[in-house]
Amino acid sequence: MSFPWANHYEPKHPLMKWVDDRLPLPRLVYNAVGGGYPVPRNLNYFWNFGVLAGVALTVQIVTGIVLAMHYAANAGVAFDSVEHIMRDVNSGWLLRYAHSNGASMFFIVVYLHIFRGLYYGSYKAPREMVWLLGLVIFLLMMATAFMGYVLPWGQMSFWGAKVITGLFSAIPLVGPTIQTWLLGGFAPDDAALNRFFSLHYLLPFVIAAVIILHIWALHIPGSSNPTGVDVKGEQDTVPFHPYYTAKDGFGTGVFLIIFSLMLFFAPNYLGHPDNYIPANPLSTPAHIVPEWYFWPFYAILRAFTVDIFGIPAKLLGVIAMFGSIVLLFFLPWLDNSPVRSGNYRPRFKQFFWLLCVDVLILGYCGGSPAEEPFVMISQIAAAYYFAHFLIILPLLAKFERTLPLPNSITDAVLSGQSGATISTNTATAPSAPAH
Amino acid sequence: MVRPIGFLAGLAFAAILLFSAIVGAYNYISEPPAPTAEHEFHLHPKELHLASDGPLGRFDRQQLQRGFQVYKEVCSACHSLRLVTFRDLTEIGFTDPEVKAIANQWAVEVPSINPDTGEPATRKALPADHFPSPYANEVAARAANNNALPPDLSLITKARHGGAAYVHSLLTGFTTQEGYKNEKGVELLKEFPDAKTPPSLHFNPYFANLNIAMPPPLVSDGQVTYADGTKPTVDQMAQDVSAFLVWTAEPKLEARHRAGISVLIFLLIATVLGYMAYRNVWSGVEH
Repeated sequence: MSFPWANHYEPKHPLMKWVDDRLPLPRLVYNAVGGGYPVPRNLNYFWNFGVLAGVALTVQIVTGIVLAMHYAANAGVAFDSVEHIMRDVNSGWLLRYAHSNGASMFFIVVYLHIFRGLYYGSYKAPREMVWLLGLVIFLLMMATAFMGYVLPWGQMSFWGAKVITGLFSAIPLVGPTIQTWLLGGFAPDDAALNRFFSLHYLLPFVIAAVIILHIWALHIPGSSNPTGVDVKGEQDTVPFHPYYTAKDGFGTGVFLIIFSLMLFFAPNYLGHPDNYIPANPLSTPAHIVPEWYFWPFYAILRAFTVDIFGIPAKLLGVIAMFGSIVLLFFLPWLDNSPVRSGNYRPRFKQFFWLLCVDVLILGYCGGSPAEEPFVMISQIAAAYYFAHFLIILPLLAKFERTLPLPNSITDAVLSGQSGATISTNTATAPSAPAH
Repeated sequence: MVRPIGFLAGLAFAAILLFSAIVGAYNYISEPPAPTAEHEFHLHPKELHLASDGPLGRFDRQQLQRGFQVYKEVCSACHSLRLVTFRDLTEIGFTDPEVKAIANQWAVEVPSINPDTGEPATRKALPADHFPSPYANEVAARAANNNALPPDLSLITKARHGGAAYVHSLLTGFTTQEGYKNEKGVELLKEFPDAKTPPSLHFNPYFANLNIAMPPPLVSDGQVTYADGTKPTVDQMAQDVSAFLVWTAEPKLEARHRAGISVLIFLLIATVLGYMAYRNVWSGVEH
């Protein structure tokens, strides 16, 4: 895609012209993330997280490839090979901590990216495909992260693998058979560890491929923006390069600072101590918890404690947990309000912040032991989660009285209402007095 | 179609969950969970400050050497340290000849084979060897310890909530159960007569279920004799061995802290420049 006023690629160097005539790769890059991609001029810092997710994936792939040179996917030695990396491999501790904390950073960034999309209605027409592909990436990330957590073969690795593959055993009739098939045995062991390693190495490249589709789909309509108003003319956009490359460069710096603070000074803060105990099938940890980024979903899984009409609670929990992500695939059609940005939807905005708090509560409960009062709280929070997407958003779309939209992005910018901040309706941009 | 189906699904999920919450709340109120001895009397670790704490933390090598001495003279009778090699001790200030001597004189020899007959044998440890386990295998370890397994200590400060503070508290936390009260003044055995520690276990409120198989390892001041003149109180020995076990669990801690400071300084400068570049590029554009 391009807007008619997009810059055209003109190779400056004869070599680039030679390449471009034969394989227009320079042109492709220029039009994708260079001067040839016009972007709304009013994007705020929440639009940095797409690029940051790409940075995080790159960190994971680079550190992961080197870690794989030293790691041994064998249940007998996997734990010790990780400690070998930590102790004997040159800068192995850096690689390993960068990889384990990089996974957390990747999820932080992607969660912010998703909630940005939720607030600004980035999933709405004509960007449904961008949203759907993003969800595919999210699912692939969850699978990759789960399998990666199994590889060190500590106690939480083992018992996490057992619990998560055990979810499939909830399927009526064929469940236990499926679990055995997935694990390659009756419990996690060498077969499971090896296939998890194989897939853990494969899936990031699948993610990279889907990211290409995600960006391709984004470039058809072009980027959304905080007002949610369509681009109307050249004055509404700036070229991606240098404007947003410069902004993303600054954003990447901030991201790397936060990443470094974790990596160098609190590398085990987000981990679980039990994973420094070698896997032991005969000793169950007191509390089996997944990594923090799965806690909200884990809370939904465990919120189902009562059998309903003969359907076992465990099966309901599994359906609800997968359902909590599947419903996001229908979001563009559940929320059919024509106004995209939450800045012009006063009621929606309140429910959005409620959802944020709700997911944080779910996360807290998911990381806590499965005892009262956490179970009760997670039940109420999970009920709100489903009600938010399946009941409240469709009703809001029908009944909410939205605020008047600006005529154009430029109008919004010049009147100081670009929506570049998300806390107030009359968002002010750091601009000179407008005329 | 999506909206009506979604609406029904949403109602169903929300109804089941709210129903479950009401059932749960009713049970919680009508039959509140009985308090347990572990819940009421388990203590969180006491605060412990080590030189290695904080972003600028460095190991106190004197202390690590004292801690190693405690490990060698006390802990190593039952606990292995299988991820650490003798030569690693050079990192905490021992010289090569000292390491050689430590390995050579280690109470347990390393498994080997007799070069003439191929029979299993043992030989004296070399600096490149990992610390040998005091037991031949898990069965032997359990047989010697009333069926309890002394855990390997290499990673113990990373494998327990509370880390070094937990180790220190556990080592100094043994006490008599008779008349033991928590900070609310409730006496344990009056409140939970069933919680009496079985004869083969030892009462320690810092241990998760209050009863640990390990007998108190550090029992009297002066149990080891420090060469550097530090007074070997039980608390001092416990602190020293905790510090030592921080090092065994995270031997690259100093390198990590040093690298972190350099990386942060670099990133701060780069990010400030990045911000200035960003402002410069955008200077003519309102946004």
